[in-house]
Amino acid sequence: MSAGVETATTPAGAATPAHQFDSLDQQREAAALGMWVFLVTEVLFFGGLFTAYVVYRWSWAADFARASRRLDVTLGTVNTAVLIASSLTMALAVRAAQLGRRRGVVGFLLGTMGLGSVFLGIKLLEYSHKAHEHLFPGPGFRFEGAADLRPAELFFSLYFAMTGLHALHMIVGIGVLGALLWPAARGRFTAASHNWVEGAGLYWHFVDLVWIFLFPLLYLVGRHGS
Amino acid sequence: MWELFPEAASTLAGKVDRLFFFSVGVTVFFSGLIAGLILYLGVRYRRRSVDQIGEPERAATALEIVWCVVPLAISLFLFAWGAQLFFEQSRPPAGATTIYVTGRRWMWQVQHGSGRREINELHVPRDRPVRLLMTSEDVIHSFFVPAFRIKQDVLPDRFSVLWFQATGSGSWHLFCAEYCGAEHSRMTGRVVVLEPQEYERWLEAGDRAALPAGASGEHLFEALGCAGCHRGDTLAKAPILAGLFGSTVKLADGGEVVADEGYLRESILFPSAKVVAGYQPLMPGFRGRITEEQLLELVRHLKTAKNP
Amino acid sequence: MTEGERTTAAAAAPALRPESYLEGDHGLRSWLLTTDHKRVAILYLISVTFFFAIGGLMAVLLRLDLATPEGDLFQDDTYNRLFTMHGIVMIFFFLIPSVPAVLGNFLVPLMVGARDLAFPKLNLASWYLFNAGGAFTLWSLLRGGVDTGWTFYTPLSTVYSNTWVLATGFGIFVTGFSSILTALNFIVTIHRMRAPGLGWFRLPLFLWSTYATSLIIVLGTPVLAVTLLLVVAERAFGIGIFNPALGGDPVLFQHLFWFYSHPAVYIMILPSMGVVSEIVSAFSRKPVFGYRFVAGASVAIAVLGFLVWGHHMFVSGQSVYASLIFSLLSMLVAIPSAVKVFNWTATLHRGAILWETPMFYALGFIGLFTLGGLTGIMLASIGLDVHVHDTYFIVAHFHYIMVGGAIMGYLGGLHYWWPKLSGRLYNRFWSRLSAGIIFIGFNLTFFPQFVLGYLGMPRRYHAYPPEFQVLNVLSSAGASILGVGYVIPMVYLLWSMRYGPRAGANPWGAAGLEWRTVSPPPTDNFTTMPVVEGPPYRYPVPSETPT
Repeated sequence: MSAGVETATTPAGAATPAHQFDSLDQQREAAALGMWVFLVTEVLFFGGLFTAYVVYRWSWAADFARASRRLDVTLGTVNTAVLIASSLTMALAVRAAQLGRRRGVVGFLLGTMGLGSVFLGIKLLEYSHKAHEHLFPGPGFRFEGAADLRPAELFFSLYFAMTGLHALHMIVGIGVLGALLWPAARGRFTAASHNWVEGAGLYWHFVDLVWIFLFPLLYLVGRHGS
Repeated sequence: MWELFPEAASTLAGKVDRLFFFSVGVTVFFSGLIAGLILYLGVRYRRRSVDQIGEPERAATALEIVWCVVPLAISLFLFAWGAQLFFEQSRPPAGATTIYVTGRRWMWQVQHGSGRREINELHVPRDRPVRLLMTSEDVIHSFFVPAFRIKQDVLPDRFSVLWFQATGSGSWHLFCAEYCGAEHSRMTGRVVVLEPQEYERWLEAGDRAALPAGASGEHLFEALGCAGCHRGDTLAKAPILAGLFGSTVKLADGGEVVADEGYLRESILFPSAKVVAGYQPLMPGFRGRITEEQLLELVRHLKTAKNP
Repeated sequence: MTEGERTTAAAAAPALRPESYLEGDHGLRSWLLTTDHKRVAILYLISVTFFFAIGGLMAVLLRLDLATPEGDLFQDDTYNRLFTMHGIVMIFFFLIPSVPAVLGNFLVPLMVGARDLAFPKLNLASWYLFNAGGAFTLWSLLRGGVDTGWTFYTPLSTVYSNTWVLATGFGIFVTGFSSILTALNFIVTIHRMRAPGLGWFRLPLFLWSTYATSLIIVLGTPVLAVTLLLVVAERAFGIGIFNPALGGDPVLFQHLFWFYSHPAVYIMILPSMGVVSEIVSAFSRKPVFGYRFVAGASVAIAVLGFLVWGHHMFVSGQSVYASLIFSLLSMLVAIPSAVKVFNWTATLHRGAILWETPMFYALGFIGLFTLGGLTGIMLASIGLDVHVHDTYFIVAHFHYIMVGGAIMGYLGGLHYWWPKLSGRLYNRFWSRLSAGIIFIGFNLTFFPQFVLGYLGMPRRYHAYPPEFQVLNVLSSAGASILGVGYVIPMVYLLWSMRYGPRAGANPWGAAGLEWRTVSPPPTDNFTTMPVVEGPPYRYPVPSETPT
């Protein structure tokens, strides 16, 4: 495995820390802190987009509400459920790694990847619907019933930017989990050393959390009242 | 031919210069103090033998606090002084004459209330407050007159306001101060300050004949169809615009707004943004059908005409 | 710093000294695939020097053109691309990486007493990302570059500019990740890999500065990344996030841009401040005065630095009240810097001061940074800023900090740690001469620009009124002197790597864990891992036995 969080195995089978670390504990703590710091950067990354969204929603409240109603709440809710379930399977994968259960790790990783793919599939469906309805920002954008197209187009620009960036993170996440399958199958992740699974778990939960914010912000604008 | 300090030609300029000189004094004092101390201490405590070491000193919390508090006090003073100046810079006095400025790559178009227009020049009366209402046709520009010590960014799709009162007759540099592309450094001109009577004469004279046919606000009001609904003698129900500017308007959603230039501009471009109470949102928007210059002209017309 | 253990092997004759990191694995592959933080530091040294040369060449061309009012050397359009690329290359590919990626990478493990950083392979990946981003930007430069100014204001950059905004924006985006990963590495290393006995308040101040810088990088750079991504998306897909014609707000771009780019200036200055702390202490042979205050000041600068971005936007159309708040907070952020300057000066009192080249650079930094920083206070005062915003006053201000401050700190650090890095000593005469040339050239270049700015000469102007010419010629003359000053160290430092006398473990007799090992250090840094038993900067240091 790369990025310097490598362990070697002595002939007796016990893992030893990478050469820059003094102990497996130090290595585990460093890996965890590293992933947390990375997630902080991701919070700020999405934060910039969220800021732009909040500013424009405040300026164009009614128009954003009207545009938001064109999103498919049913599909969005299903996707939310799918992602939460995938976080469950991910947590179970981490648990399996902590207990050194090889098959559990592989199984739950596969389950998480599957659920993540379902999410992406539904997203693709939504995107194709939107394209069909001419809601893709650009010259072909159409939005009936609005005197001014601009705020509606702005809403959809932000919708695609935010969910697109999120989907990109999901794809990377699924890729990372896929890369962990082979080492997991070979028994690489033991109770003593499974930093990669922990790190992937943190990342996956974070991507899930971003969706938990995206969903109400984008899909549920003004739905309570109307 | 060279200069070291700009002339002061507005009521504000001298005040800005005073703040500047005080700040320079602070800067020179502390820079000199530090440089002097470094040189003095660096010589006085030169290492005299190879093995000599320095004498560690106890932390002196009192000293640390002093040199936090003293700089803080000075900088807060500078903040307050600058803020006071800023309030003055941002509040045009009542009764200031409004002149309309459009920036576009790479020229300044100026329109006086009387209709007189200029390019890259701005004639103003001396000792009278002047207010500039500015917008851009394309990118962000900035209207900068060093002799007056004033500057304001000029944005597309929005009005910016800048005011001054010139005290020095003559001709002063006008620069665009926000990088706007290839000929940014050539988007310059002059502000010409005339005696008030001269200025009145100047206003009446000159190239209103050169105004492109149909470019005046009066003409636009008819040509674009505004008169069709906004005249009292028609059947269509639209708010009458006489005396609108400056009044408080009740809106259909229960709110209120003061009809300033921004409101007039928005109502022409996006009429459904603020519908007047008691009226239907029937007015078509003119976004994409009207240039910034025409917009400024219409706004000017609505402000000044008794019966638009 | 008292040492826990010393090795008998290290006390042996040169023939038995451990193999240095420069020896050992030879060949290009061993360097390009290295995970040794010290080799990565050298790789970065090569990269940033390359970009500095490009940015510097552009500066020379700009100043040549500005010697005449009409701008006779280049066309308007070429000039605009030159100053844009000068800014982009200098900021993103030189100033931001220089001290952290070169000196930080080399010293952080040594100063915490570890064998390497927490994630050595990630460190190498950072270097590759840096060069990948640099390659995009260089490619766009060769295709004609960008003409929007390094600030990319919209809608000029998204709608009107016909230049390679996408490629350059993407290049900067990629390099941002290099920056983030380096900072991540430093944060984890400082938190988790300190030697036994090395508590937070025993850390050398260079580590405090590096840590504070890393915090800023981690929090600020992602916002720039997403902002650049939006600009790229606008250009590529014609959406209107910042384009008023499509409902967007160009001032929102400025807020998002400056939210990173203001803290970015602290990314550029804090590491050099850390260097200055080390040098002033070493060449006075006593601890930095007010250690805790200086350490705290670094963190205070990092925190406050995030709250002041609107002082770049006083005339942008933001509300009066927002401007007032930003002005007030900007006054506050000056205080921790003042605290550092006073503490460094106080360190000289009762010191045993040696006027060596690193000390010239450090003391020069303090003087020039004070002047530059105080002009910053002037800019924070809104009434004054309205007049000088977007003029040469601003250009002078930030060059005083970035060149008179940050670059001098970087050069001082290079000269201080050169014996450790290379195992060689450089020529004293040439090093002091070039420090003097740089100091004089720098002031001649940039001081006239303060005057030009108050006179009203706007920045980014290719042609200017003739009455500004004398000051411009002075500035251009200074720039040529400054250029010469920068070339000389490249020559003698390179020369020393082959022909310079070999350096011992501690040629300056300085305190610090990095001086407890041979020069250059072995790959694993220490023959025996150190244990720390006291505060930093303790003199006298144990006599030099490792060779």
